Amino acid sequence: MSDMNTQMADRYKNNFLKEIEEQAEMGEWVKMCMQCGLCSGSCPTNFHTGWDHPPQEIFMLIRAGKREEVLNAQGMYMCTSCYNCYVRCPRKVPVTHVMHGIAEYAYRIGRAPKNQPSMHLSKTFWTNATKNGRVNEVQLTQSLYFKDGIGAGIKKAMEMQSVALGLVKAGRLNLLEAVGIAHKCKDVKGIHAMLAKAEELEAKNKAAKAGTTGKE
Amino acid sequence: MARKEYAFYPGCSSQKGASASNYLVSVESMCKTLDIKMTEIPDWNCCGASISYAESGELPRIAMNARNFALAETNLPGQDIVATCAACWLGSRESKERLEHNSGLMADTQTALKEAGLQIKVIPEVRHMVEVLIEDLGYDELKKPVKKPLDGMKFAGYVGCQTNRPFGIAGESFENPMYLDKLIETVGGEAVKYDQKVTCCGGALAFSEPEKAQGQIKDIIEAAYDGGAEMIVTPCPLCQANVEVYQGQINKRYGTKFDIPVLYYSQLMTLAYGGSAKEAGLKGNVVRARKLEEFAAK
Amino acid sequence: MAETKTAAYICKGCEIGTRLDAAALVKTATKSGKMNLVREHDFLCSAEGVAMIRNDIENEGVTHAALCACSRRAKTEAFNFPTIAMSRGNLREGVIWIRPDTEEARETTQEMAEDYVRMACAEVKAMTVPPGNQKTGSVKTLLVVGGGMSGMTSALESSKAGYKVVLVEKSGALGGWAAKLHKRVPTREPFKAPEDNGVADMAARIEADSNIKVYLNATIAKTDGAPGRFKVEIAIESGAIAQEDIGAIIQATGFTLYDANKLPEFAYGKTPNVVDQAGLEALAREAAAAGKPICRPSDGQPVKSVVFVQCAGQRDTTGKHLQYCSGFCCNTSIKQATYFKDSNPDIDTVVLFTDLRTPGNGEDFYRSAQNRGVVFSKGVVSQVVPNGNTCTVKFKDLILNEDTEAQADLVVLATGMVPVSGVNIDAPVAAPVEAEAAVEGEAPKDIVATIAPESILNLTYRQGPDMPQFKHGFTDSHFICFPYETRRTGIYTAGPVRRPMDIMQAQEDATGAAMKAIQAMENAGLGKAAHPRAGDLSFPTVRLEGCTQCKRCTVECPFGAIDEDEKRFPLFNESRCRRCGTCMGACPVRVISFENYSVNTVGAQIKAVDVPDEFSEKPRILILACENDAYPALDMAGMNRHDYDPYVRVIPVRCLGSVNTIWITDALNGGYDGVMLMGCKHGEDYQCHFVKGSELGRYRLSKVGDTLKGMNLETDRVKDIEVAITDMATLPQKINEYAALIKSFPPSPFKGF
Ligand code: SF4
Ligand code: SF4
Ligand code: SF4
Ligand code: SF4
Ligand code: SF4
Repeated sequence: MSDMNTQMADRYKNNFLKEIEEQAEMGEWVKMCMQCGLCSGSCPTNFHTGWDHPPQEIFMLIRAGKREEVLNAQGMYMCTSCYNCYVRCPRKVPVTHVMHGIAEYAYRIGRAPKNQPSMHLSKTFWTNATKNGRVNEVQLTQSLYFKDGIGAGIKKAMEMQSVALGLVKAGRLNLLEAVGIAHKCKDVKGIHAMLAKAEELEAKNKAAKAGTTGKE
Repeated sequence: MARKEYAFYPGCSSQKGASASNYLVSVESMCKTLDIKMTEIPDWNCCGASISYAESGELPRIAMNARNFALAETNLPGQDIVATCAACWLGSRESKERLEHNSGLMADTQTALKEAGLQIKVIPEVRHMVEVLIEDLGYDELKKPVKKPLDGMKFAGYVGCQTNRPFGIAGESFENPMYLDKLIETVGGEAVKYDQKVTCCGGALAFSEPEKAQGQIKDIIEAAYDGGAEMIVTPCPLCQANVEVYQGQINKRYGTKFDIPVLYYSQLMTLAYGGSAKEAGLKGNVVRARKLEEFAAK
Repeated sequence: MAETKTAAYICKGCEIGTRLDAAALVKTATKSGKMNLVREHDFLCSAEGVAMIRNDIENEGVTHAALCACSRRAKTEAFNFPTIAMSRGNLREGVIWIRPDTEEARETTQEMAEDYVRMACAEVKAMTVPPGNQKTGSVKTLLVVGGGMSGMTSALESSKAGYKVVLVEKSGALGGWAAKLHKRVPTREPFKAPEDNGVADMAARIEADSNIKVYLNATIAKTDGAPGRFKVEIAIESGAIAQEDIGAIIQATGFTLYDANKLPEFAYGKTPNVVDQAGLEALAREAAAAGKPICRPSDGQPVKSVVFVQCAGQRDTTGKHLQYCSGFCCNTSIKQATYFKDSNPDIDTVVLFTDLRTPGNGEDFYRSAQNRGVVFSKGVVSQVVPNGNTCTVKFKDLILNEDTEAQADLVVLATGMVPVSGVNIDAPVAAPVEAEAAVEGEAPKDIVATIAPESILNLTYRQGPDMPQFKHGFTDSHFICFPYETRRTGIYTAGPVRRPMDIMQAQEDATGAAMKAIQAMENAGLGKAAHPRAGDLSFPTVRLEGCTQCKRCTVECPFGAIDEDEKRFPLFNESRCRRCGTCMGACPVRVISFENYSVNTVGAQIKAVDVPDEFSEKPRILILACENDAYPALDMAGMNRHDYDPYVRVIPVRCLGSVNTIWITDALNGGYDGVMLMGCKHGEDYQCHFVKGSELGRYRLSKVGDTLKGMNLETDRVKDIEVAITDMATLPQKINEYAALIKSFPPSPFKGF
């Protein structure tokens, strides 16, 4: 995986902006930011620690070619998808999607921090959702809690017990799901085939783009 | 025949026994009263939600939504897709827009769909339940069946993010949308003024970054209390869950004494239309809405 | 002129008749007003009412009429009797609309109305009809000074309107700054691609235009006269002088770039690889001519990286450089960045800015440059260090809040505009030409002309040879409502000499200036005033036998209208005059007057007011209100039915500058309890319609305190307030507060004298 990282770094030499433009979903918007800061000022997570670079700064860093700093940043994983930035950006930059795109790219080239909680959630969610075509909330929760190993998982599960119990009592958490009964699509096979194809095409498209810029 | 028919996309959280199942129950009751027929899209799948961006690329995510479009179009031709979940609505609508504006993406998507034996011809309109209520019926129609107005009850209409942004309800502002307040008033309740109407509840980060999300939730609940609200009302399953189920943890963390029920607009409407506590899915609320339970029993 | 016959008309329409005792008003006009003829009418502005007045003028020989009805600002079309002297008593906006319709208020309201009737009668008797002056010049040729984009535009537009133009250009070719450009910022949809500079086309059109006479390599040696009759001497290349008769003048002398040699920290002059924007244009033209990419001056190698430094020596807060934003240079840098990206997208092109300001459609152009891959970074450059054939640009990244640097083959400094506005006539002493501290570097490139300390227009005006400057040497007038106006009637400035602007704006500006110049010329020919008293035929006359040659009028006239004759008496140039009355207010011996506005017309009104004795508890407060903003604001207060105190009596004045202090002393001596003055804001962001009028008036008023002390009166009895036309809601409140203050004083001891 880190192979992929060096490969990309090599391919785009000093042009990180171009790398993002071609490889990250919606990355072509980064250059259109006019640095007004409205996105950062609107971002709910901006007010918490751990949010090292809000969108405006991430975009600035990309344009300044600071590859390492961007790929090490936490900011893009903190996005709650609230779309505040998205609707307020005077340049109509789809900030939310650009942030997601950068996070996805960092993850794809193996640069997302191990155990980054939101990335873990993202991955888990997707895996969970695509396994049966629908989300299995219990398994989702379980795999989230046990990401740090069994001990930590139990501790977390204990902490969250009251929450889960409340849901069970209210009939909103179906324990049957834990054993994989309940929600799933009928044509799971079709879904898997479809996704396999989509992934294949996507990879091909991205490689094609990167290929054209091999020169420089 | 019902006066309106739609292809229903309940989404993962609103299925039976899932975290927003009480939403589903109340929506069903409400639609029955309003004579709206909702036919579930056969074998629908997950929309991918906004959190799945990391593991999936654009195309797989869009393919998932495209599958729903194809299924709806084939099985329920001519009907708009209606979602009750904000994230489902956003994800589907976003996919629809991208597909319609990008022929390359459309072509790739069709190729992928073929693997599942499906094909898109026309993408149906993708709408939120609230849009159906406001635009297809209108406040006057919604008021007509009210039998028991929720007189004297004070609600904080919490719109949150994704029913409001980036698409929102036509004609509403992103900063201060009024439709939820109007719905509350339509069924006789009072919509209080408070300043966190569109604040983010933390969304999926409630799972991955609980401290941060709970900080935001606390601000929302506090503001609702300060505005004089007895209950919170929301159109979004994630908002509902986040604002409701973490109250205990927040109380522990911050020493607060939150105990405020968080309801769906559809629950209020069901009750105002004379529905029972059961029909309104009141039992599904983790923080019990006792006042409404009593009201329903009357 | 026929024998004087006075008449007063009392209107009873608009509820005046029901709110007031009209019969009593008729009596007032007859008895205290002493009018020869007094009539009342139910609806004076109706066709019938107007016909009645007209009949009186034609058949009864009425020469002076006091119309006691609505405000002088209302019904001006109906009450248009240019052959007679006319005054207006403001019974509607000034009385019934600002008083409550109650029984208690009835008495004081009626008293108010009676005073206004007396005042109108007294005023009109002190007036004569302005006959207008036919001897002012009637030349209809325009002079345009400066042959750049602005000048060429003014010339072409004026010619298009049918006027002859004389165009004088200092250099050997038309085109000015624009001619130096490789390309100009786009002017058309979709505002993405730089365009041809457009100079050749305009120059050709000018050459082909028989209305336009061009002098190249020529300057103005002397400008004498006034609108409609300027005599201009043009120094031409041969050394000879050409004479031209000119009706109005447009000065479009443009700008020079701020001298980059004053920015040693940016290595200008230390390496040829640091250029200003003109330098970059020169490189781009060279490259285009040679069919090559833009090259590094140091070694002729193609530029691979370029950094643009915005606001170089501009928007400076240290007091060392230009304090203002030149407005054009961001777009220019964007344009220059596209020169590089369009020739080779791989050239690293970075624009370092603090705020990117892109007027007009520059925002679209900005986006197009972003799309081309020009990188825009928010940062402040501290230093440019040359090292061999490249430079290190050190800057603080304002977003990441860190000091960082960039390498560049070429650095372009956006240095901004310095207006070419000639001599600063308001400077206490002529500033000596600063010796340049350009020791280390080479001599400045010749493209950076230093500003000529010589005069541009060489006006023979008493107040100085050039246009008065406003801020930072620009000749802007800050006439908020009339942006083209200047302080020299019939002389307009256009383009960057007026305020910083780009070519698009300059062309618009030049078109507007042409229109104004034509208007001024035409007005001058008719003996009429220009803005803001457009069309006024009155004119200041001076009783020279009383003049003490104190020169106050010649110095104070905001428009430089007054010169001095051989005997050092004031010499009024009618078509330069705006009829503000500042000279009249200034004259200590009160020998300056207009036919319809004089020390007497106002003084008579002050005296006509009935001042009750000290036991009546009815104070009298005189308000002198500027007719441009304050009086309309008072009228509007009336229209909105905002009540104010019944003891005030308002007299409109042309400008606070026209207020002669004798009015104030007369009022106080006559037993008034207070005097309030209302004028426009003065100072840097003034709103005075005569620019300096309110400032000069206030200066005079500042001396009134001594007079009050001499009379043993509280100094607060005279109050001056700034009023804008938008103050209609707050103005009544201010009046009432002031009235309350006056009532807290004992009654004036001068009552009954
Ligand atoms: S709001 Fe838009 S333009 Fe402004 S800084 Fe954020 S992304 Fe850039
Ligand atoms: S969508 Fe994400 S980046 Fe944008 S404001 Fe919300 S949390 Fe911040
Ligand atoms: S136009 Fe741009 S570069 Fe020029 S002074 Fe203004 S902000 Fe600075
Ligand atoms: S009226 Fe005004 S403009 Fe005219 S001469 Fe007097 S001061 Fe000057
Ligand atoms: S102000 Fe009066 S006295 Fe003085 S020079 Fe002018 S006219 Fe003469």
